[in-house]
Amino acid sequence: MTVTDTERPVPATGTPLLSLRGIEKSFGAVHVLQGVDFDIHPGKVIALVGDNGAGKSTLIKGIAGIHAFDKGEYHFEGSPVHVHSPRDANSLGIEVVYQDLALCDNLDVVHNMFLGREQKKLGLLDESTMEQKARTTLDGLSVRTLSSVRTLVASLSGGQRQTVAIARAVLWNSKVVILDEPTAALGVAQTEQVLALVRRLADRGLGVALISHNLNDVFQVADEIAVLYLGSMVAKVAVKDVTPNQVVELITTGRAGGRDDLRTTKEAGA
Amino acid sequence: MSTTEETLNEAPVGPRGVQDSFNDYLTRIRGGDVGALPAIAGLIALVIVFTILSGDKFTNAFNFANLILQGSAIAVYAMGLVFVLLIGEIDLSAGYAGGVCAAILGLLMTDHGVNWVLALAVALASGAFIGLCIGLWVAKLGVPSFVVTLAAFLGFQGLLLIMTGAGGTIAYRNNAILAIMNKNMPLWLGWAFAVVAIASYAGLGLWRQVGRARAGLPTPSTLVWALKSGAFAVVLVAVTAYLSKERSRNVLLASLKGVPIVVPIVGALLVGLSFLLTKTAWGRHVYAVGGNAEAARRAGIAVSWVRISCFMMCSTLACIGGVLLASRTNSVNPNTGGTSTLLYAVGAAVIGGTSLFGGKGRVLDAILGASVVAVIDNGMTLLAQPQGRVYMITGVVLLVAASVDAISRRRAAASGRV
Repeated sequence: MTVTDTERPVPATGTPLLSLRGIEKSFGAVHVLQGVDFDIHPGKVIALVGDNGAGKSTLIKGIAGIHAFDKGEYHFEGSPVHVHSPRDANSLGIEVVYQDLALCDNLDVVHNMFLGREQKKLGLLDESTMEQKARTTLDGLSVRTLSSVRTLVASLSGGQRQTVAIARAVLWNSKVVILDEPTAALGVAQTEQVLALVRRLADRGLGVALISHNLNDVFQVADEIAVLYLGSMVAKVAVKDVTPNQVVELITTGRAGGRDDLRTTKEAGA
Repeated sequence: MSTTEETLNEAPVGPRGVQDSFNDYLTRIRGGDVGALPAIAGLIALVIVFTILSGDKFTNAFNFANLILQGSAIAVYAMGLVFVLLIGEIDLSAGYAGGVCAAILGLLMTDHGVNWVLALAVALASGAFIGLCIGLWVAKLGVPSFVVTLAAFLGFQGLLLIMTGAGGTIAYRNNAILAIMNKNMPLWLGWAFAVVAIASYAGLGLWRQVGRARAGLPTPSTLVWALKSGAFAVVLVAVTAYLSKERSRNVLLASLKGVPIVVPIVGALLVGLSFLLTKTAWGRHVYAVGGNAEAARRAGIAVSWVRISCFMMCSTLACIGGVLLASRTNSVNPNTGGTSTLLYAVGAAVIGGTSLFGGKGRVLDAILGASVVAVIDNGMTLLAQPQGRVYMITGVVLLVAASVDAISRRRAAASGRV
């Protein structure tokens, strides 16, 4: 062992950054999540797929602290945590990029990236530092599609907006980034750009969870696929072990024809 | 990175030319971001029209000072309304809220002999309290601001009627408060203020320029800064010089010269409030709430508190506006802050370029818009036009201004700025 003090401790492979066990959540009589297990590993993209109403949004909202889970264990970097508000999640290093992006059209890129967490000097906004940091972050993600970080978000294209939203999520040295349908409203070229960006996040060592209906995207960028079916996690498989048709079958029926072993993957991973 | 729209060149670092700055400005206007341009163009057009029609009667120094006094109360009310318009709300009660606060000030000073500073502090606190109540109702109970402030409008109208009582007026006798709208600064003080303002404007601009350059960020050319500072200096020197002229019709009776005391007050409010909106996190949050309240909430901004604070800001400024009105008429009457005050103030904010849809506007808009409203009112009165026509013309101008806002939004949508 030659670990020096300056080296950042890298979690051993196989130790998830974020780990959920036996998650239950009900809204009134509706049992939305039933004993869900879910892990996000550093440097990996896990795709979370499932039909409408399968519980994907409920799961990520719980992770993000928008509403707490009823039951279950929530571990972050190996230790149990309590996440009851978006701020709790943010302070752990968990960032969520929502489908509707949550950007302010009337503010520029820098303002949006620092919204709610403005850098201050002597109590006043430190515009220079914020602009520099925004630029550094975008450059670090190899984003070349923004001419000026002082452009109003209103004048950006869909792909550029998605880029800003993702850059905002990684600005805070976050460890886990959860993306909700990041390519839903994008054209072909822009989708390519955003998927490349998602891949770069994982390559930088972040844990990435990608929620998507588009299996092309999932197969292009993800390492693992987790399938939710009516509130239960019915499969968790490596992308290379499945075909899109099998995933479609898992999404629609909760079973994969001729692949009973997929069900056991869940137990194996638990 | 293939489409032409997407492949954008790296932003140039280092000083940029005047041409670049001018091109940026043109692009912004073409993209639908017209800013203060319509208000300034309208103001210039109105001044030219009235100068042609009334000549010296409109342009003489006496009328110029008069114009400033007429417009200042509207400008202060409009500044307050900018804050509620920025978050996409409205405050219909601001006019009479100012009247009530002016009445509180009058009762404390005249009937109870309270020191004017203390009385003014109490009046301002009352204004803030009114805003707090309205804000709580809107932000916490979820009642639309239109209804809450309509109710408050009726309530304060009644309260003011009761406070002014049988006599119908509350007289102001305190010299300090009366001086605001009736006295001028000594000439040297007017010039001192002008010099300090020019030096600060140029200095702050240069400081920002140097700071950005040192941080390695793109900076506009120094020539742009010089031109802006020069234009600011020319305007301010011209105004101060004009106001320093003798404008009394009978110098033997009373000399009348110098910058009215209200000018530095309005100027300080302009600087202070602009500073709050552009340089503090609170100001940034106001724009965020007006632009996308849900995004602001998810970013961890206390949206309710931002809303409440904007209503408090509006009512507090309404208090100052009300005191200015009362100082001008030497008393508070049941119509102080009533009749057209509020509508002129909302009109002024919108004419200046503040959007009724929220998220867009500046404190300076209030001053520009109030100047337009005041020039129409003043110019038409000089032409011996009946008040009815003044209202009608102001209405048309307001309609044009609101249409410019709506059209520029459509244009913005068409040019891809959703």
